[in-house]
Amino acid sequence: MALTRTATRRAREAGPSGWLAVPALVFFLVFAIIPLGGVVALSFTSWDGLGEIRFDGLSSWVRALGDPVTANAIWVTVKVMVFSYVVQTPISLLLGVFTAGRQRYRAVLAVLYFLPLLLSSAAIAIAFKALLDPNFGMGPGLGLPFLAQDWLGNSDLVLFVVVFVIAWQFVPFHTLIYQGGVRQIPTSFYEAAQIDGAGRVQQFFSITLPQLKYTVITSSTLMAVGSLAYFDLIFVLTGGGPGYSTRLLPLHMYLTGFKANDMGAASALGVVLVVVGLALALLLQRLGGKNRGASQLEGA
Amino acid sequence: MKMHTLRKGSAALAAGALAVTLAACGSGGPGNSVSADSATMWGLTGGNQPVLQKSVDSWNSAHSSETIKLDFFANDAYKTKVRTAVGAGQGPTFIYGWGGGVLKSYVDAGQVEDLTSFLDKNPDVKDRYLPSVLKNGQVNGKQFAVPNNNAQPVVLYYNKELFDKVGAQAPKTWDDLMALVPKFKAAGIAPFSLGGQSKWPDLMWLEYLTERIGGPQVFADIAANKPNAWSNPAVTDALTKIQQLVDAGGFVNGFSSIAADSNADQALLYTGKAAMILQGGWIYQTMKKNAADSIKNGKIGWVTFPTVDGGKGDPADIVGNPSNFWSVSSKATDAQKKSAEDYIKSGMFTDADTQALIDSGAVPVVKGIEGKLQASPDKDFLTFVYGMVKDAPSFTLSWDQALSPAQGDAMLSNLDQIFLKKITPEQFVSTMNATIGK
Repeated sequence: MALTRTATRRAREAGPSGWLAVPALVFFLVFAIIPLGGVVALSFTSWDGLGEIRFDGLSSWVRALGDPVTANAIWVTVKVMVFSYVVQTPISLLLGVFTAGRQRYRAVLAVLYFLPLLLSSAAIAIAFKALLDPNFGMGPGLGLPFLAQDWLGNSDLVLFVVVFVIAWQFVPFHTLIYQGGVRQIPTSFYEAAQIDGAGRVQQFFSITLPQLKYTVITSSTLMAVGSLAYFDLIFVLTGGGPGYSTRLLPLHMYLTGFKANDMGAASALGVVLVVVGLALALLLQRLGGKNRGASQLEGA
Repeated sequence: MKMHTLRKGSAALAAGALAVTLAACGSGGPGNSVSADSATMWGLTGGNQPVLQKSVDSWNSAHSSETIKLDFFANDAYKTKVRTAVGAGQGPTFIYGWGGGVLKSYVDAGQVEDLTSFLDKNPDVKDRYLPSVLKNGQVNGKQFAVPNNNAQPVVLYYNKELFDKVGAQAPKTWDDLMALVPKFKAAGIAPFSLGGQSKWPDLMWLEYLTERIGGPQVFADIAANKPNAWSNPAVTDALTKIQQLVDAGGFVNGFSSIAADSNADQALLYTGKAAMILQGGWIYQTMKKNAADSIKNGKIGWVTFPTVDGGKGDPADIVGNPSNFWSVSSKATDAQKKSAEDYIKSGMFTDADTQALIDSGAVPVVKGIEGKLQASPDKDFLTFVYGMVKDAPSFTLSWDQALSPAQGDAMLSNLDQIFLKKITPEQFVSTMNATIGK
């Protein structure tokens, strides 16, 4: 018995064996690194998805990046990313702080807020498409003419509709993150602040917000990188239209590959997406400061 | 991000579980199971789905050693899926298609069987089809696909009740059509319904206008990849007329967000929200199912596309889909190929099949069915379409199918821009000229 105990202790001191990481690394290699290599290789070829794959130098890159539709797709992606961030962050931060309280009715509200999280993007898109239909949707259905806008067919309006639906889908997720973050803040901070006579608003700005710094960075990273992956929702809701007004980069990549059958150019766009996503994630982590990895928990 | 993967993972699991359950059920009739080496077939949801299902079910129950496993997909989703699957060597034995440039790309990649000698050995099969339709399954003079359902020319449908209400006649010329627009708008009715989000319904306008203005040679030159073929003045004229119709408010509010796959565009016609729709012959079948009363009470009328003053095209020329087709995958096993040929020979266009197609409101592309069409409750529509197809001097295949997929995609995207007035006809022409040969 004594022997086992020392062995365990020694193992614990040395940390878990490196071999435990092997399955994860194998998965990462097979499902991430190898396909990524494949995409990079494909971006230097011309392939219509059916015939032979032909090495074609930089021509796919020239085609992909020289296409004005790509420039437009990048611009639309940036707009959706910025608008989504600006809309979602304050709402989910406030909702998160609110639902972190422990009164019973908040638990009920929290469940309601989190419902959209349980629905699939395709289901959300189909539901909103039906609701927003100018001829059969909620406008004519409820007899409210101001709701009978051509929400998804008006090139100026559609981007904001998309941002709204994205927010409807993802605010619950970010609220959940913030709720978790707020519950990690030691109550002693607030007790001390109360003794010093700080009001609710002052407590929020002096304690809650600074303590949530790392949560904000996590949520922002997920939002920014997630914007580069919005696909299913928009594909079903607008198909990228009308015209090119909601054709985001991932959707543009899909349509280039599977509608226009230009796998080379689509792969080049895929590589661009990976690089931009990585750059964004690194940038946001950098903003977190030097000891971003350090725990915020007392005594940990 | 994590949520994404999680949700996708569980969706994949759910889909997998569903597939297992479905596979366990099989698609065969009672008492016969579809085995793993059965020939596979992918069909389209919509009007012909029950007819095809019945045909395959009765084939399977009579031929337990040559069964066919049938799955259905929605139009747009199918077009993407089948190409990816064929490219990956995972395509079905029976490849459903439209002929034209897409079929040619399969032929060029060696993915489909040459059926020429099969048809030579089975003259009964060859003689069964209307020759003009059978021709659309040929590439370089060889037969790579055989027609499998009904003739689908594009038709101008109109709602007779609404026409009575405003005291109008179905348009015979383009000027008639333009004159109808303010009339219906004044009555609070949208003149034309259009499934603009799906993009391909937009194309029907360009196809017919170009045809009426310039005749069939205009597109024949484009399809033959002649340099600057899009610069033909007939194309610019057709695009200009489309934009004039958009300007006049000819299309229903929100047309660019209406998807044709969900049949919302036809619903506008039979619910009396829009007076007319330019759509394929196949929507008669769906309306017969979804709006049985409108069809039975003769609420819906149909005419050929109007003529354009001074146009070179024959008013009897039509555009649309001569039929859909079956090709046989060259990646299928010999047993699967044999089942496929046997089904083509004696399983499809049986008397029961042909009758089922007619009963569904469709015109099968086989010879000598005049009597059967006359006996149908839908004889007005069916004989109209049959006559249209038989007498047409030219039947141009839908352009998005006739061209190569890359050209077709560029054309639909740019045409969408034309309907939205984001580009001019001249810009459309120069962009499309740049795609020639791609």
